[in-house]
Amino acid sequence: MYDTIIIGAGMSGLAAGIRLAHYDQRVCLLERHYTIGGLNSFYRLRGRDYDVGLHALTNFTPKGARTGPLARLLRQLRFRWEDFELAEQVGSAIAFPDVRVRFGNGIGLLTSEIERAFPNQRENFQRLINKIVDYDDLNDDLFAMSTRQVLAETLTEPLLAEMLLCPLMWYGNAREDDMDFGQFCIMFRSIFVEGLARPLAGVRLILKNLIRRFRQLGGELRLRAGVERIHVEDGRAVGVVLDNGTELRARNILSSAGWVETMRLCDDGQPVDVDQAGKMSFVESVSVLDTLPSRLGHHETIVFFNDHPTFDWHRPAEHLCDMRTGVICSPNNYLYGDSDTSRHLPEGVIRITAIASYDRWTQLPEEEYTLEKLRWYDRLCASAVRFMPDYRRHVVDVDFFTPRTIQRFTWHDNGAVYGCPQKHWDGQTHLRNLFVCGTDQGMVGIIGAITSGISVANRYLLTG
Amino acid sequence: MTNDDIREVVLDILADIAPDEDLSQLQDDVAFRDQLELDSMDFLDIVMELRKRYRVQIPEEDYPQLASMASTTSYLEPLMRDLEKVES
Ligand SMILES: Cc1cc2nc3c(=O)[nH]c(=O)nc-3n(C[C@H](O)[C@H](O)[C@H](O)COP(=O)(O)OP(=O)(O)OC[C@H]3O[C@@H](n4cnc5c(N)ncnc54)[C@H](O)[C@@H]3O)c2cc1C
Repeated sequence: MYDTIIIGAGMSGLAAGIRLAHYDQRVCLLERHYTIGGLNSFYRLRGRDYDVGLHALTNFTPKGARTGPLARLLRQLRFRWEDFELAEQVGSAIAFPDVRVRFGNGIGLLTSEIERAFPNQRENFQRLINKIVDYDDLNDDLFAMSTRQVLAETLTEPLLAEMLLCPLMWYGNAREDDMDFGQFCIMFRSIFVEGLARPLAGVRLILKNLIRRFRQLGGELRLRAGVERIHVEDGRAVGVVLDNGTELRARNILSSAGWVETMRLCDDGQPVDVDQAGKMSFVESVSVLDTLPSRLGHHETIVFFNDHPTFDWHRPAEHLCDMRTGVICSPNNYLYGDSDTSRHLPEGVIRITAIASYDRWTQLPEEEYTLEKLRWYDRLCASAVRFMPDYRRHVVDVDFFTPRTIQRFTWHDNGAVYGCPQKHWDGQTHLRNLFVCGTDQGMVGIIGAITSGISVANRYLLTG
Repeated sequence: MTNDDIREVVLDILADIAPDEDLSQLQDDVAFRDQLELDSMDFLDIVMELRKRYRVQIPEEDYPQLASMASTTSYLEPLMRDLEKVES
């Protein structure tokens, strides 16, 4: 009998597990995949290490900062700032036709770039920042306000509004077309006010720290242990049945599998509304180069590009992918500490992300799927080099993943990366001892998911 | 445990929760909140750590008593005076 069974060893499940194990609970983390990490895992292919996600860790604040999500989660999980070996970004950009706005860690560079590119929006941008500062997390009505409307009321230059939305939607908007103002404020702070960083060893280091701590505290992790169903008796979740038939019992169950996915696991005939599941999924191409991006003249960490004046954030209507917007990430372009030769990545890497249709990718017959991957890899690269130096002659190895890949390894409906649009902030379900954490509970991204796991554990599983 | 022991216990807990803080300058009569930037999650942690380490149960209505080092030690004194300090 466990105190708590946690479904899923992604960022949120690991963080919750650490909190509970730290306070002496008997915790079992169940993960269906053969490795931990979920949406942000890692793998090895043809002798090279790859991350699944991790362009950048958001919410970077320097050592000694006491406020903000990063400082808070380090305290809650009892890590030192140094443990995550965060190197700051070199600098990033939002690139639209004929205008490029750069930003770095802290709001300073973005503000001066906006003054340069949009001189008449200086005061309006300040007004926007004031609204974001005044925004109160605890008010539900404010949270769901339309960001497009707030921006239209505050800025008189539509292009600036589109340019601000682009990175913030890319890094954390589950909703199509518009964004909840609350989510916009959270993302604005985490990317523009705080900033971007990365450990040299990538997501491996983050996950290694989390799992090591969980184990030290006596937590139990079972890999290849998918939960087939959550067994319900008299309005309580009493335990789980694994894919291999094993039954485990627990006082409480915390699921990071997703909202719809968790409802589907319950064996009490809970209605499942598949339309609630998230819809936004991506393809990503990873190109390994025989040189460094900086040698080709590319110094930026992340470039969010969009090839027309409006930013369209929805599933592609006609094709497998939408190439008009994308994210270019170069994990080399972080300030790892250059003088010491061991402090850099072994090879140059360019990652490009584009919006993709889960339905179209999963409807392809197998041989076409492989062909389309090759085809779209080329298109993705061709699209990106409109906004950066052409690196294509330097590619020595490639990988490409699709919404189908994401679904296959994380079991999220539609391969949704940022979960469902309607979040379940209170983490509660129809059963009094079953809770949800992770992307569908609330915040997204690595820092968001970790925060989610911590707060749901604190609120329901540690009190009483 | 003496009052000094209890102060040590609380300091140990704070050092654990906030390893990057310099606690040597901590003033006993000033609220933790004004010196350390602790939020409500951290306050919950002080309570939870006391429970974990010394089995001391603090009811929620008493949380305001934990505002500063001085008020915390005087609040804990009757609860902890008969306990032995555990070396951490
Ligand atoms: C391509 C890509 C790039 C990204 N880039 C970034 C980035 O640069 N920065 C950033 O901050 N974030 C990034 N993210 C987002 C970030 O990875 C996620 O927000 C975060 O990892 C979500 O964590 P989670 O715990 O909520 O969910 P998950 O990671 O999905 O964890 C859920 C876990 O549950 C397991 N599971 C599901 N069903 C079952 C079951 N029935 N039984 C057992 N186990 C089950 C899954 O296998 C999974 O491991 C990216 C995501 C992707 C896909």
